[in-house]
Amino acid sequence: MSFINYMAREINCKIVYYGPGLCGKTTNLQYIYERTNPDAKGKMISLATETERTLFFDFLPLSLGEIRGFKTRFHLYTVPGQVFYDASRKLILKGVDGIIFCADSQIERLEANQESMDNLRTNLAEQGYSLEKIPFVIQYNKRDLPNIVPVEELRELLNPMAVPDYEANARSGMGVFDTLKAVSKLVLTELKRGG
Amino acid sequence: MVNPQMVMYEEEFNQIQTVVDRLVKEANAKVVFIVDKNGQLISASGDIDNLDTTSLASLTAGNIAATGGIAKLLREQEFAAQFHEGQNANIHIQLVGNRVILVVIFDAKSSLGLVRLRVRKATDELNRIFEALLSKVQEPGSDSPFAEITDEDIDNLFND
Repeated sequence: MSFINYMAREINCKIVYYGPGLCGKTTNLQYIYERTNPDAKGKMISLATETERTLFFDFLPLSLGEIRGFKTRFHLYTVPGQVFYDASRKLILKGVDGIIFCADSQIERLEANQESMDNLRTNLAEQGYSLEKIPFVIQYNKRDLPNIVPVEELRELLNPMAVPDYEANARSGMGVFDTLKAVSKLVLTELKRGG
Repeated sequence: MVNPQMVMYEEEFNQIQTVVDRLVKEANAKVVFIVDKNGQLISASGDIDNLDTTSLASLTAGNIAATGGIAKLLREQEFAAQFHEGQNANIHIQLVGNRVILVVIFDAKSSLGLVRLRVRKATDELNRIFEALLSKVQEPGSDSPFAEITDEDIDNLFND
């Protein structure tokens, strides 16, 4: 749910990175954090376990610039990917304006991707949202690894709706900003339509 | 419409800010702020210059969301108030109208009793203001400044 503040002339939107455990959601945020001008970002918060697995969420506030005199701010969140943190994932999806599904391209994670995508649909439906209606893009991450599934196959499995999708390597940053820009554009376009 | 917008207008913003400013004084608090349940900061007052209010807002909302999840599991509707006691700072968190969160940070100059008393009064006032605000926001998009933005405006944001 976007928040328009006429007083502060600000518009705030919430973007959530979803995907299976260890697919690189936090790495996406870390890359964005490292590569963003200090004026345009706030502190990055990670609620993680001692072994750096996301426990509740990561949070990164970003300013994109002005549109018609309104500052656009995006709050980026990741969900914990591990299956048993489902209750937390549901909470983080509340009020979401746009979703990035981060898929792990490795052959052995194919099933985990599918499971996480199904879980996303279920959790959205519980809150009365649907993937068909919400700004949504997909990122095929870890394209630098040797044991990966061809993009066509991933697309067939995960992207039947043919939403914008991007190949990425979040460690090096390839595709990270492309994915974020794509979802941000969709969110702003949705706002324009009054959504 | 899947995702209704929250909109804040000048009139209600000023009313909210008045309540928040007064609460800082009346409760002898260090900081008072209001966040919506999605973690967006609505209003803040007090000693906020050296405080990362954006992060605080997001974490407070996360906290309320987690507590709400626990309440649901216990078949409680909601835990409307929370209190965390630290060595120097204490924090009192109150749900207002199940819509926004009122946070009071205070130290030894105040007390939990005083804070709770003042928060209760402020909660009633805030409830009224937010009700009025919600009834005002009927057709989002109709007067949205974003209704007229062009694809070019959006593209320009990303041309850096």
